[in-house]
Amino acid sequence: MSKQVISVEDVVVRYHVPQENVRSIKEYLVQIMRRGRINSDEFAALKGVDLTVNEGEFFGVIGSNGAGKSTLLKLLAKVMYPTEGRIWVKGQIAPLLAMGAGFHPDLTGRENIFLNGTLLGYKKVELQERFEQIVDFAGIRDFIDSPIRTYSSGMNMRLAFSVATDKKPDILLVDEVMSVGDAAFQEKSLDRIHGYQESGTTTVMVSHAMSRVEENCDRAVWLDHGEVKFIGDAKEAVALYLEHSIS
Amino acid sequence: MSIKQVVPIYDTAKSRIVAIFELVQVWRYRDLIWQLIIRDVTSRYKRSVLGIAWTMLNPLATMIIMTIVFSQLFSRIEGYSAYLLSGLVIWNFFSQSSSTGINNLVRGGPMFTRIYVPRTAFAISSVGTGIVNLLFSLVVLFGVMLVVGVPITWASLLIVVPILFTASFSLGMSLIISSAGIYFDDVVQMYRILLTAWMYFTPIIYQIDILPEYAQKLMFFNPMYHVVGLIRKATYYGEGFTWTEIGWSALFSFIPLIIGWLIFAKVSEQLAYRT
Repeated sequence: MSKQVISVEDVVVRYHVPQENVRSIKEYLVQIMRRGRINSDEFAALKGVDLTVNEGEFFGVIGSNGAGKSTLLKLLAKVMYPTEGRIWVKGQIAPLLAMGAGFHPDLTGRENIFLNGTLLGYKKVELQERFEQIVDFAGIRDFIDSPIRTYSSGMNMRLAFSVATDKKPDILLVDEVMSVGDAAFQEKSLDRIHGYQESGTTTVMVSHAMSRVEENCDRAVWLDHGEVKFIGDAKEAVALYLEHSIS
Repeated sequence: MSIKQVVPIYDTAKSRIVAIFELVQVWRYRDLIWQLIIRDVTSRYKRSVLGIAWTMLNPLATMIIMTIVFSQLFSRIEGYSAYLLSGLVIWNFFSQSSSTGINNLVRGGPMFTRIYVPRTAFAISSVGTGIVNLLFSLVVLFGVMLVVGVPITWASLLIVVPILFTASFSLGMSLIISSAGIYFDDVVQMYRILLTAWMYFTPIIYQIDILPEYAQKLMFFNPMYHVVGLIRKATYYGEGFTWTEIGWSALFSFIPLIIGWLIFAKVSEQLAYRT
């Protein structure tokens, strides 16, 4: 119990999707006058999800499209509050969900490190201290003062990843993004994640690559249409999920 | 005694006052606000040959055109270009800051749904960028005052007051309009049209006494009327402010900010649910 770092308690996420596409005030008024109200359908992305993650675990989240995986990540990344239920997270969260957010093409790599870094929550002094190691890990020292529109997509990725992961987080949220980049960098980035993992970082990973889930995860949750179908050993979860998908 | 590291705990069950929470977050992300301002200013500088010079050219060009057109009509206003420019400068600050702020908040969607950032930071940075641009326009204003022969007095230092008030009002308007703009696309366009009409309803080009009585009375409720009055008093007229003037202007500037902040903080919680 004391080792829990994430607790998702009976969480429901319910969207109201308006039946008519009401995007302007004019349309809104027309609808109100016609029907007296806006009719909307309810769509539940998560229907009463319960799960916990323990410290240091490598926790997988699997399921078919629309199962609610990204909704779950959004809840953990504090982007969204649950409609019902409770989310409880202990520790500093680093979401690797929007790497390179805020990157401005006309600004140099150096300037973007500060822009992206502060967007992710770093303080300026931290970025100044970490600057050299961020540049080294990304391997773009020669290009650090060129505008990033001159970078290849691989360089952008490396820079983004380097900034996002420079500080060892308590909890790491990862989605499929990890599959971009050349082989050498993929290995480097996985090494870093595993390094953090070994020194106590908890990792939550959403993936469609079952082999990766089996390889890396201790436990996993299988979500289907917003419900928990199984939580437990990662290999078992994968097996059950694959069985279900094939049938 | 070992120093205990404070481990942050995120608990959605804990009650929070959104307006205060947002304020705290904005403070924590203050380095981001600074970086956004740097981004806006430097990216403009890098993209064009004129770059920074354009921020001076813009009000200058507008003023020259308007002076040519209106100075006959308003020939009784001595040093018309300085009169005009003093109002124009603060108006541009307001109109640009609020428009950019609204743009950032309303169009920031894709990024905001992936990582957590206090959104108001983007409206604040727009006002910050506006202040940088304003500083350049002030250079033009004092330049024009010298050329036209309007004396520059110590009262000019008082412009910090209307600048502060306008910053507050711009931020407030950004937040209020964005709160609706996030749900309805046309609000942003309506605001643009509103700004044009609003400019004509503020005594920038003209003096208030050419308006009919009822309009002059209504003018009191135009927050921009008060700040334009203050900046004009300090620069063009070279006089100090009365406490009443400051008081009313402060009221009209800070109340929209408080209202805007409260509304927007509440709205931004629901934003992730916008499909």
